[in-house]
Amino acid sequence: MADKILNKLYIKIWRQKNSKSQGAFETYELENVSQGSSFLEMLDILNDQLIREGNDPVAFDHDCREGICGMCSLYINGEAHGPDTEITTCQLHMRKFNEGETITIEPWRAGAFPVIKDLIVNRNAFEEIQQAGGYVSVGTGGVPDGNAIPIGQDDAEEAMDAAACIGCGACVATCKNSSAMLFVSAKVSQFAKLPQGKVEGKRRAKAMVSKMDELGFGGCTNTGACEIACPKAISISNIARLNREYLCAKLAD
Amino acid sequence: MSSFMKSSIGKKFFMSVTGLFLITFICVHLSLNLLLIFDDSGDLFNMAAHFMATNPAIKIMEPVLALGFLVHIIWSFVITLENRKARPISYNSGDKVLSPIAPSKNMLILGGLVLAFLVMHIAQFWWKFKITHEGLTAVHVMQSGVSVEMENAYAVVAGLFKSSALYCIIYIVASGLLGLHISHGFWSALHTIGWNNQIWRKRLEVAARILAWVIAVGFAIIPLYFMIKF
Ligand code: HEM
Repeated sequence: MADKILNKLYIKIWRQKNSKSQGAFETYELENVSQGSSFLEMLDILNDQLIREGNDPVAFDHDCREGICGMCSLYINGEAHGPDTEITTCQLHMRKFNEGETITIEPWRAGAFPVIKDLIVNRNAFEEIQQAGGYVSVGTGGVPDGNAIPIGQDDAEEAMDAAACIGCGACVATCKNSSAMLFVSAKVSQFAKLPQGKVEGKRRAKAMVSKMDELGFGGCTNTGACEIACPKAISISNIARLNREYLCAKLAD
Repeated sequence: MSSFMKSSIGKKFFMSVTGLFLITFICVHLSLNLLLIFDDSGDLFNMAAHFMATNPAIKIMEPVLALGFLVHIIWSFVITLENRKARPISYNSGDKVLSPIAPSKNMLILGGLVLAFLVMHIAQFWWKFKITHEGLTAVHVMQSGVSVEMENAYAVVAGLFKSSALYCIIYIVASGLLGLHISHGFWSALHTIGWNNQIWRKRLEVAARILAWVIAVGFAIIPLYFMIKF
């Protein structure tokens, strides 16, 4: 079955020259977009049109285009990664949009994620949080024999679920407080559940939370919006675990 | 300790602990207030009020309760304003993930309305009972065979509800607002102190909803009773 063609779309995009300049919305008309094309392909078509007209193409982040690298972002029609569940923007397809629709595309909005150009934001804040403690520095030896370190199935599953975080920032973009708690809680949980990670658990929770606060992310108010927006469906149970880890660590001080 | 108080989780911890403390108070308050509708002579309610007013443990708890309210209210403004600052530019296309009327998104507004109600409520009752004694008459109630003289608090409360449908409605609306605040607040407070996981999540959310309904309906039923019966 051939894909339907959207004869006309109105693409309302945030344009901003650089981090210093004032940005503004710009609306472009786009014709003949197949519903089978991906959202980023649609932007490629738009950019092709802009370049042919002698205009500056829209800058947006993308890399693997298969939902695992965490590069793509975009706040589309009021939702991080657009109107579909458990996907990144590169996995979004134009079949989610209708003929004649105006599609509003904005960069992630957070003080800690400043806009670099158009739709690209600087997510170095996540790197800084990771550098504060999102690693294991104790010697864990070589690859252990299977079953040499017994780890319960539930623990392994929960650690893996948390490790699915690709650091895209949709949680920050969606949270009304621009809080990074879901990200930090995933990074803390993936270690907290495993014996190699537990050793530095206290230090890690304290260091990562304090970095998160320092970088200007807001606090968590448990609205749960982040887990709905998360392309990897990371659960806010991780946030409860982070709270637990952090409070126990502080208690031991 | 100071780094804990300044951290985002630390601030939230105080919101949670004070919130849970306020919920405990609200439950005690509700159970005593319900005596208003179980005895139209007012003796039961007056005995309870007399007991609370003369009990030394309650005397100690009164300033603690005031402190709990103050910390909860001051912190709520500090946290909410700080959180707003984390997003200097807001979205043009809004938020499609959560409904704009979700209690979790409107805790300061709900709390603020409850606060406005509290000011009125304290002026109407607490202020009169403790400070001015305006409109309070003495009654004699038989307690274990002895006639005890006490203040007729029942007459003041029942008098207000019998005389003004407007006040009844204000009290009913406030009960609903408090219920909404708690429908998010109860499970959120436990989540904040780390008491949550995949399994407990649903239990806590259901418990919060039940608690919210009990508190909202429990408080609303009192003015309703006086509106309908008298
Ligand atoms: C008897 C009255 C009240 C009760 C029982 C109550 C209870 C609670 C509870 C249990 C929480 C959850 C704490 C958490 O999420 O960790 C909460 C949060 C909150 N309360 Fe109250 N509260 C009351 C009055 C107020 C008042 C008067 C205000 C403000 C003017 C207020 C503002 C807030 C705000 C803004 C939050 C959200 C804080 C956050 O999510 O970070 N509350 N309340």
